[in-house]
Amino acid sequence: MRMLINAPETVVADALRGMAEAHPDLAVDVENRVVARRDAPVSGKVALVSGGGSGHEPLHGGFVGPGMLDAACPGEVFTSPVPDQMLRAASLVDGGEGVLFIVKNYTGDVLNFDMGAELADEEDIRVTRVLVEDDVAVTDSLYTAGRRGTGGTLFVEKLAGAAAEEGAPLERVTAIAQRVADASRSFGVALGAPTTPAKGGPTFDLPSDELELGIGIHGEPGRERRAVMTSAEIADYTVDVLLADRMPSGPVLALVNGMGATPLLELYGFNAEVQRALRGRGVEVARTLVGNYVTSLDMAGCSVTLCEVDDELLRLWDAPVSTAGLRWGR
Amino acid sequence: MAAMDAGFFRRWLTLAAAAVDRDAARLTDLDSAVGDADHGSNLRRGFTAVTAALDADSPDTPGAVLQLAGRTLVSTVGGASGPLYGTLLRRTGKALGDGAEVSGEELRDALRAGVEAVARLGGGAAGDKTMLDALLPAVDALPDTAAARAAALGGAEATVPLQARKGRASYLGERSKGHMDPGAASSALLIGALDEAAAGQDGTVEGDG
Repeated sequence: MRMLINAPETVVADALRGMAEAHPDLAVDVENRVVARRDAPVSGKVALVSGGGSGHEPLHGGFVGPGMLDAACPGEVFTSPVPDQMLRAASLVDGGEGVLFIVKNYTGDVLNFDMGAELADEEDIRVTRVLVEDDVAVTDSLYTAGRRGTGGTLFVEKLAGAAAEEGAPLERVTAIAQRVADASRSFGVALGAPTTPAKGGPTFDLPSDELELGIGIHGEPGRERRAVMTSAEIADYTVDVLLADRMPSGPVLALVNGMGATPLLELYGFNAEVQRALRGRGVEVARTLVGNYVTSLDMAGCSVTLCEVDDELLRLWDAPVSTAGLRWGR
Repeated sequence: MAAMDAGFFRRWLTLAAAAVDRDAARLTDLDSAVGDADHGSNLRRGFTAVTAALDADSPDTPGAVLQLAGRTLVSTVGGASGPLYGTLLRRTGKALGDGAEVSGEELRDALRAGVEAVARLGGGAAGDKTMLDALLPAVDALPDTAAARAAALGGAEATVPLQARKGRASYLGERSKGHMDPGAASSALLIGALDEAAAGQDGTVEGDG
């Protein structure tokens, strides 16, 4: 398998070294695997820490900077980070106003972040946690590990990050993060399997004339497989699934996200169909973001995330952000 | 079985590390079917760190050996396996107290406390197709370590037809049936290493036979 790597064991460390070289405004601790704002801790500001397995870039390290995260903890590829990383990150960025952990709902992430929060508590760092569980492909939450955290994570990190930047206290930042998590819904489609460096091959078999509807960002199986569909058909299917789960009563933010191997040319074409489908069903889109933001290595495919917003959340979305992966307004 | 000291527990973990190293590819293959193909490499990273930690720092009681091993696994494995295996060893070590030697019955009772902590942390129960399916019958069979080893293996085998209800494998639903749970398989290795230690093996490589 042809990959642009030195060795599977060094993929994460090599990427962190490269991030440090590219982004001098980030403090990248390659050995302990923490990416933080160089100006952290920011005195008087609530700090946001997130993290998870690597392979979803720019999530989460690419979202560290003013207006979004204060630190990110990258794990091995598709493997959650360890509690020591979360403790180190929290200690590094706590400006005295407390730390919010933003955690995607996967068994490993939840366990490790909870342990990290316990360790931080022992060091008298105030920590709250918000769980992102936005993937509507999971219909059976009773006999599974529950809905997975996917694209909605970007909205939680951006909007809560903007609130923290404005000086909101921990309780308020946490409440906003929870509101955004509650209002976000995602659905993903795979047109091909991702390749993990450790395995050196695709993580599942998908015949070239089929696609998987409801895919997770680690290749978790979705709701069904079908013969290939057009962009318009995929958009209609996706929008129907999202709106069946939660019909917004106000305007939404829309993230039309690439999984890693789908060209922007296709993604923009898909966005046109998503917007048509939403308009046709009476949903007003206030803002749209198109690109590769919550990826799954080199998986081909896309996901759509909708987040219902009020005036306050819309203002927080428009607020300045300055990170490697998302940057506007300053 | 005879009373066990810190040296016995070091041998147990050294043998467990050797077993994980030997079977890493098999664990990853099992994980490839129902997860994301990294259980072997993640556990190997953890147990390699455990043997290094035990070499660097020589805890002198059974409880301290297991607690150091547990902390090391939490700090190095990641995923769900790190906290779950780390909790198993830490809680077992805590329950052993600070005596210099422990009996087989004391180990059984402490391991039961450790397994119960794993069940609480992961929210799992017998039959969910997890490491508990190997560990629960093993604890019941102690202090006879050979019986515990057989029970753990049998428990791991019995996960094959089950449908996963926890962790990433649960998203496969019906498709998780027909595969052994990787966590139950690695738990059987851990209990197997306990039996090897009780049988007097010391974890060092003996020739190339």
